[in-house]
Amino acid sequence: MSKKIGDVILDVKNISLRFGGVKALTDISFNVREHEVRAIIGPNGAGKSSMLNCINGVYTPSEGSITFRGETFSHMDSHQVATMGIARTFQNLALFKGMSVLDNIMTGRNLRMKSNLFMQALRIGPAENEEMAHREKVERIIDFLEIQAFRKTPVGQLPYGLQKRVDLGRALALEPQVLLLDEPMAGMNVEEKQDMCRFILDVNDEFGTTIVLIEHDMGVVMDISDRVVVLDYGKKIGDGTPDEVRNNEEVISAYLGTSH
Amino acid sequence: MQTTFPRLLLKHASERPDAPAMREKEYGIWQTTSWADMAKMVAHMACGLHQAGLTRGEHLVVIGSNRPRLYATMLAAQSLGAIPIPLYQDAAGPECVFPLNNAEVRFAVVEDQEQVDKLLEIREQCPQIAHIFFDDPRGLRKYDEPGLASLEELLAAGEVFATQHPDFYLGEVEKAHTDDVGAMFFTSGTTGNPKGVVHTHNSLINRAEAGALFDKLTSHEDVLAYLPPAWIGQNIFSYAQWLYCGYVVNCPESAATVTIDLKEVGPTYYFAPPRVFEGLLTSVMIRMEDAGAIKRGMFHYFMDVARKYGPTKMDGKSIGLVGEFLYALGNFFVYGPLRNNLGMSRVRVAYTAGEAIGPDLFSFYRSIGVNLKQLYGSTETAVFVCLQPDHEARADTVGVPCAGVEIKVADNGEILVKSPGLLKGYYKNDAATAEVLTADGWYHTSDAGFLDAHGHLKIIDRVKDVGRIKGGANDGAMFAPKYVENKLKFFPHIKEVVAYGDQREKVCVMINIDFDAVGNWAERRNLPYAGYTDLAQKPEVYGLIKECVEKVNADLSADELLAGSQVSRFLVLHKELDADDGELTRTNKVRRGYIAEKYEALVSALYNGATEQFIETQVKFEDGRTGSVSATLKLSDAKTFTPVGKAA
Repeated sequence: MSKKIGDVILDVKNISLRFGGVKALTDISFNVREHEVRAIIGPNGAGKSSMLNCINGVYTPSEGSITFRGETFSHMDSHQVATMGIARTFQNLALFKGMSVLDNIMTGRNLRMKSNLFMQALRIGPAENEEMAHREKVERIIDFLEIQAFRKTPVGQLPYGLQKRVDLGRALALEPQVLLLDEPMAGMNVEEKQDMCRFILDVNDEFGTTIVLIEHDMGVVMDISDRVVVLDYGKKIGDGTPDEVRNNEEVISAYLGTSH
Repeated sequence: MQTTFPRLLLKHASERPDAPAMREKEYGIWQTTSWADMAKMVAHMACGLHQAGLTRGEHLVVIGSNRPRLYATMLAAQSLGAIPIPLYQDAAGPECVFPLNNAEVRFAVVEDQEQVDKLLEIREQCPQIAHIFFDDPRGLRKYDEPGLASLEELLAAGEVFATQHPDFYLGEVEKAHTDDVGAMFFTSGTTGNPKGVVHTHNSLINRAEAGALFDKLTSHEDVLAYLPPAWIGQNIFSYAQWLYCGYVVNCPESAATVTIDLKEVGPTYYFAPPRVFEGLLTSVMIRMEDAGAIKRGMFHYFMDVARKYGPTKMDGKSIGLVGEFLYALGNFFVYGPLRNNLGMSRVRVAYTAGEAIGPDLFSFYRSIGVNLKQLYGSTETAVFVCLQPDHEARADTVGVPCAGVEIKVADNGEILVKSPGLLKGYYKNDAATAEVLTADGWYHTSDAGFLDAHGHLKIIDRVKDVGRIKGGANDGAMFAPKYVENKLKFFPHIKEVVAYGDQREKVCVMINIDFDAVGNWAERRNLPYAGYTDLAQKPEVYGLIKECVEKVNADLSADELLAGSQVSRFLVLHKELDADDGELTRTNKVRRGYIAEKYEALVSALYNGATEQFIETQVKFEDGRTGSVSATLKLSDAKTFTPVGKAA
């Protein structure tokens, strides 16, 4: 095992997020290093998805800042985030159900297309060559995720585990530097989970993509992550390698409960 | 013919360098390798392997699915006088230990990470493995095991060597003789260790030629290579005949895309075991049941027309004006589109073998205009022994002896074969060789059968399996388990059957339902079920299976020889018989003896009249973990019929 983990690529400092009187996140700080697999875990309602949404620019944090590749932002803008090379998948899937697998993944290339809508519609000028180049990238992703048999199948007809894979494929189509995965294994059976783990590790390994993932399944997290952040009721209660986190008293009580 | 496989390759490369040799679908596009490219790749690979230390007469294993570079590896090994051994890509690690050690294999060329992991896992038991080359580098970046390298690196090294020693490759090819050992295949075997079947270049090329002449194959054929290359059938169709005829072999994108790729390629020469034809038919039928009323009505009407006229037309006989008209109409509306959908629009010759094919299934394909035929052969005979000529295909025979083959039937009913394609022997196993190959050149097939009045060979069962009923009403009657099993398996609802009866007073069977077909049947009847085990034990399913069993009994009662083999009792198994659990061979044949031991409780329950029996079984999952499945199975009686002969 000779994975090279680089410098800090994403630094989250003192983030707080309030919805009216509800404090979703309180003073959270952690960082993500280049090429690592970083997990955010915590019980239901701990603020995991809120955290991801702050990084992703869906929510604007009430306090704190996020530094990505040396640039510091008090809030992120979704479009800007994507252009900077941060892609994400969604817990409840956000695919175009009536469109084929191929087309869904192709939408992930949207930001990288230069020709305008008019040229694309008529396939004039550079649009045709551009489409071919993008199609090749998409085909490589299809090959990578082993979904060749469903290339032309409408996404809505696929089983859930495969839809999750298409969702991942669309995020990969952006060729991101950082990939945010929101519960990539939720609702999957053991076999599907194993497949997904392998794909996540392969993405990390083959493309050197930094991965930030939220996960419920402790077994999965401990197996594939380099470092883990633990949230509980919007607060950070642990941060470190899987072993450190596993032996952290606070984490144990948050997950297993304590006698008071 | 005095040639070898590498010489055939060089011949095609010089005569028609730009013609396509192989296609592989990758990244959504069919990528073509021409004969010239293929020859260049083989030469570089051979140089690379030589540099890595592969020597003349040494064995090299190839493990993976159908990939151009893996086929090139076999040619490269043969160019150096080394002997390629293709192994089954879905065999578990421990199953590979025996072949690897038996053949003292130092070199392995494999497809991907899965196969690399498998070999690394058993490396301690096979310490002689020095080199593992892989085709697909995915996921292997971090591996730093000694001797592990990509084919890419091997080819690059080989290219350097080839420029430094331009005459080396051709010199090596020249050294080979047609009677040198060309390849070795391990037979799965129902008992004991697998045996390495040794074939010379000549035996394989000779049979490839016989088959090609029989069906007038040309260099214009298109073949889809989708079965394991370790199986001699695939090897003949996509290697020996490929090199003999010079046609195009197409490699599918992945195992999951075979049906899609089949449609895109539209092969002209097609081979599939009966279960593949059955799977295709089942999927068509299920989809047809879901179609609209008009389409369904048209389909059923024209299928009746096809059943009436199709087979006769296929046999080249006249079907009259009305027949021609209706058939032409049906062809336009139903058969043509259906063939297209099955990927069989261009099929000129299609073969099935390996197992008996159901008469309904067989005539279905022939009736819609697919020239489906049967052949008879085995690993030991390099496939081609008997073939059905066009216009003479029958479901219950396997054809006439092809060029160079002599057949005779021994006193015990065993079929003996003499042919230029016979094995040289079993590797390092003279005792086994002596058992099957007599000094005067006859090969004992261990199949029981006879030549019928038209000179067609008919197979009944394995000689050693043909038994006798002992005691009871049918004392001394002949019992042919496979014959009974096959008759039951011809029903779409039944996937697998194991029959017992030798030295017992009656015949009893254990049945595996076909999950897709029975599941669909249940859904149409609003019959809820929780999974395989639950569905298998439904009383309604027992009723369905009982009907099938009794139909078979009625059929058997009309058979003079086998009326005593009627089935008295049966049960439906709670789990599918699986090769991973050792219940089937890798080619999906039931291992009757092993199953009898494993399910001893069930077999005795069948014979002691119990109505229920509890059973717990270990199962092995694909990733090597084990678990257990338990269930209480019902046992059911079936009606038997008085033999037709006796009743009169």
